Amino acid sequence: MLEIRLYLAQRISAAIMAPLVLLHLGLMIYAIQGGLDAGEILARTRGSLFWGSTYGLFVIAVSVHTALGLRNIMREWLQLRGMVLSSLSWLFFCGLAFAGLRAIAGLVGMS
Amino acid sequence: MSDSSTASITVHVWRGNSEGGSFDEFQVPQQPSQTILDIVTWIQRNLDAGLSYRFACRVGMCGSCAMMVNGIPRWTCRTHVNKVMRDKQLTIEPLRNLPVIKDLACDMSEFFAKWNQAQGQFQGSTTRDEKIAPISPCSPEREAANAAIECINCAICYASCDVVAWNRDYLGPAALNRAWSLQNDVRDTAGESRLAAVAGDAGCHRCHSQQGCASYCPNELNPTASIAGLKRLTASDFLRRRYRSRHA
Amino acid sequence: MKAHRKQPLYLAFLLHRISGLGLALFLPLHFYVLGLSLQGDATLDRFLHWSQQPLMKFVEFGLVFLLALHFFGGLRLLALENMPWSNRQKNYAALAVAAAFFVAGGFLLRAF
Repeated sequence: MLEIRLYLAQRISAAIMAPLVLLHLGLMIYAIQGGLDAGEILARTRGSLFWGSTYGLFVIAVSVHTALGLRNIMREWLQLRGMVLSSLSWLFFCGLAFAGLRAIAGLVGMS
Repeated sequence: MSDSSTASITVHVWRGNSEGGSFDEFQVPQQPSQTILDIVTWIQRNLDAGLSYRFACRVGMCGSCAMMVNGIPRWTCRTHVNKVMRDKQLTIEPLRNLPVIKDLACDMSEFFAKWNQAQGQFQGSTTRDEKIAPISPCSPEREAANAAIECINCAICYASCDVVAWNRDYLGPAALNRAWSLQNDVRDTAGESRLAAVAGDAGCHRCHSQQGCASYCPNELNPTASIAGLKRLTASDFLRRRYRSRHA
Repeated sequence: MKAHRKQPLYLAFLLHRISGLGLALFLPLHFYVLGLSLQGDATLDRFLHWSQQPLMKFVEFGLVFLLALHFFGGLRLLALENMPWSNRQKNYAALAVAAAFFVAGGFLLRAF
């Protein structure tokens, strides 16, 4: 039953991300005008529970989704199997989740 | 068609076995309404009696003559030469994704083994002495089953599937299409174990919906649509079981 | 490309996989840059100002395009798997690519 769990994790993470990606795309198109500025970004994010939790969820979902996508690629294009495959998938998940949450901690100011 | 008897086609035919092989080149006279199977048969009868290939009905019913023609899997008995020929050249190879026995004849064992693995046989609960089950031809289940039943086991979908090429255990479009058909047969009683059989490591969730199977199926079936149906069924079944085991 | 792969929905698969792979490779960099804010506003600001040269805006356009492509293509797949079957998959795949160009184009127009 591993395969169906992974399938569901991939699709559910995708469904969670759908509105978040839309938000992210809109935000980028909005924020890019006049150039990006650290002060401008941080003024919005510092101490914001909304941005912290929204992007926290985004980071977790994207880590799950990316690790599973890479798992498919490693399995099908690199023909990896078994322990190597699952260890690398977990490595990608943990690495992305750590780096992503660390970045959010920086932006929201929980460091 | 006055020049049809003199025009000739250059045909590259793959020769060899499971250990390897190479292409032989033949010149075959072009004829009106000629099929790819006509070409192969002409070569075997006139140029090289040792050429091995498989066919039976010659009218698109038995599903035994499929080969790769210019890189695309086709039923050769119903494929007209003038529809697929490029620059008077043809390349004919054995079906992709299956072990070759000799020349153009593949070993279909794994294809049929996977059909069984996906529990492609009907399991009923009644005997012939009972009344025929009344099934409305326009019920949603019957319509879903209907869309998938005209399979002739030619393995064209199997040869076109990249997921099979990437994962030798993958059950493949034909077997999963058959399983979907039976899941929609209201008389069938093996639904539960069949769902488990198609939800494994080599099952329906590996499909990437590239739809090569649907593009080349000679009977215009769409295994991708059937596999999507199986994904929905297995997912909802899995979630229902989890919910029940938590709230039992 | 092998002959049997020359059909629109294989191309749609390939675009989805390549865009996903591209995003997966970009993400660690993205997180690293945003993590610079941990070292103070100035470090992040230095990078953001460096990234404002015209060439980088085209790189960003590429990234937005990849994201939009993967997003719209992914919506098609979610619908394909979870909604009643539609035979218009080729139309939807083409629509997804067009929508991705539209969104990424909008980004590029605002960037300059």
